[in-house]
Amino acid sequence: MEKIKKRREGKVIFSEYTRGAGINKLKEFSREDVLFELKESGLKGRGGAGFPTATKWMLTAAAKSDKKFVICNADEGEPGTFKDRVLLTEYPELVFDGMVIAGYTIGAKLGIVYLRGEYEYLMKPLQDYLQVMKEDNLLGNNIAGVTGFDFDINIVMGSGAYVCGEETALIESLEGHRGEARNRPPFPVNTGYMGHPTTVNNVETLAAVSHIVIKGGNWFKKVGTDKSTGSKLLSISGDCNKPGVYEVPWGTTIQEVLKLVDAKDTKAVQVGGASGICLNKTQFDRTISYEDVATGGSIMIFNENRDMLHILKNFMEFFVEESCGQCTPCRIGNVKMLEGIEMIERNDYTFSYINKLKGLAETMKVASKCGLGQSSPNPFLSIIENFREEIFNGSHGGRNGK
Amino acid sequence: MLVEEKNAVTEEIENLVKTYGSERSALMPILQEIQKKHRHISDYAQQEVARLLDIHPVEVFSFISFYSFLNTEPKGKNIIRICRTIVCDTKNKSAVVAAIERELGIKVGETTKDKKFTLEYANCIGMCDQGPAMAVNDRVYTKVTPEKAIAILSEVRG
Ligand SMILES: Cc1cc2nc3c(=O)[nH]c(=O)nc-3n(C[C@H](O)[C@H](O)[C@H](O)COP(=O)(O)O)c2cc1C
Ligand code: SF4
Ligand code: FES
Repeated sequence: MEKIKKRREGKVIFSEYTRGAGINKLKEFSREDVLFELKESGLKGRGGAGFPTATKWMLTAAAKSDKKFVICNADEGEPGTFKDRVLLTEYPELVFDGMVIAGYTIGAKLGIVYLRGEYEYLMKPLQDYLQVMKEDNLLGNNIAGVTGFDFDINIVMGSGAYVCGEETALIESLEGHRGEARNRPPFPVNTGYMGHPTTVNNVETLAAVSHIVIKGGNWFKKVGTDKSTGSKLLSISGDCNKPGVYEVPWGTTIQEVLKLVDAKDTKAVQVGGASGICLNKTQFDRTISYEDVATGGSIMIFNENRDMLHILKNFMEFFVEESCGQCTPCRIGNVKMLEGIEMIERNDYTFSYINKLKGLAETMKVASKCGLGQSSPNPFLSIIENFREEIFNGSHGGRNGK
Repeated sequence: MLVEEKNAVTEEIENLVKTYGSERSALMPILQEIQKKHRHISDYAQQEVARLLDIHPVEVFSFISFYSFLNTEPKGKNIIRICRTIVCDTKNKSAVVAAIERELGIKVGETTKDKKFTLEYANCIGMCDQGPAMAVNDRVYTKVTPEKAIAILSEVRG
């Protein structure tokens, strides 16, 4: 863990914040005040699905139950994503203050961080941090001197399963079951962890909340676009000179991102990780936003030397391995798509069969039970479409041209 | 298994149940602790966990089989995981894998005869901006080259 805090630049998440400030603000801020500012901010979930955070919290707050829970989704399994690791390592105050604020607002006494097993090395520093919060009365009983404001945080580790980032699979895992997604409804806001109302939020969403409570919803929405308020942390990797985590306003174009990280000879940009879509040069003017190209933050850059079919195969191998196998479209569909890619690789395919696979991919999007199978066709469809010249006609130094 | 060994395992699991509780939600941390100490979860350990948490042994087995970091067969003392996801792949992870395979005389998925090392692939471990990435147990190494990988292994071997 880095001891010296790096200075990062950003208008929202990486802007000034004093540890504990959001929690202390609650002395004068009612639950309704928090919900009001959140609604005003227009904050949407940063974990990928983009559900309005104010609505999620209102529903959990309104649900009747003797127990409620806050879960921080730190499973960060999407290939190409590492911004949650940076937040937890360098800005734990934002994330944990956000959890305490969530607990206060929805009426939960316990928060659980579901940390991916691959981040085991963060366990000790995070637990040490929580201990300091307790000593400073930012966690525990009568927080910030407010009688009856009790909240504690546990950290639970995953054990290497991508699907456990899906919120209902995550809850199953926490309850001691295989990480198999649940049917919805009911939603976690009503029937979540141990059957109690639960709000599940991404690390970055919670970090944004801490700022919003201090600086207001209006301040937050000054950045970004009308429909995508605030900023987004991007985890940028691949063929560029300055990979890393960057904070950009929503509405930034792919072209601007490429410039930011000094990427040259870019052929393709995969936005949203393995489950995202792949853009070609003609699409680099598109914007990163909920209304255009949405993303949980993964941006992978590929230059002219990369083989698109190889990239696609790598993604599909990932999904074949990570599908929980519960439902047929996803369990079988991913295997069929991978086989199709291998047929193209061997030059042993027909266009009519590829078209059938495209149809299968569309079916998976609607018929799969959870987000994994609903989104795993994305790279297949977008790479086959956006790079069909290279893949099928081999004119760009692609595999058939070699 | 000898009777003394069995008793030791039982005692260990009883202690874990004291720490994590006997609710089913304690299953994950309990199994993780056993895995960490013994590098696998034996049949007997599974039975004991099942008994103490009052669930069926098959459920414990089914749980273990779902999670890639938990296993029922012993692995090496040190587990090497190389990221096989696309960004590390394009940063020449294959050369690193080949060097380790040569040096240890095993293939990915295998364990060395002296049980010191198991070599595996991992999916993205969140170090994509500094690939190729490799983890040995819970330590992560970045910008790994074939040479650096072998130096790390000698260091780990001690
Ligand atoms: C296969 C799959 C994996 C996911 N992985 C994550 C993850 O690692 N982190 C995360 O925050 N959300 C992940 N999600 C989204 C969650 O289900 C959920 O929408 C999110 O945690 C809600 O938080 P938010 O509203 O703050 O975004 C995943 C979804 C799917 C379908
Ligand atoms: S879509 Fe895939 S991961 Fe999701 S429930 Fe179905 S089989 Fe499991
Ligand atoms: S792609 Fe290797 S760590 Fe992410």
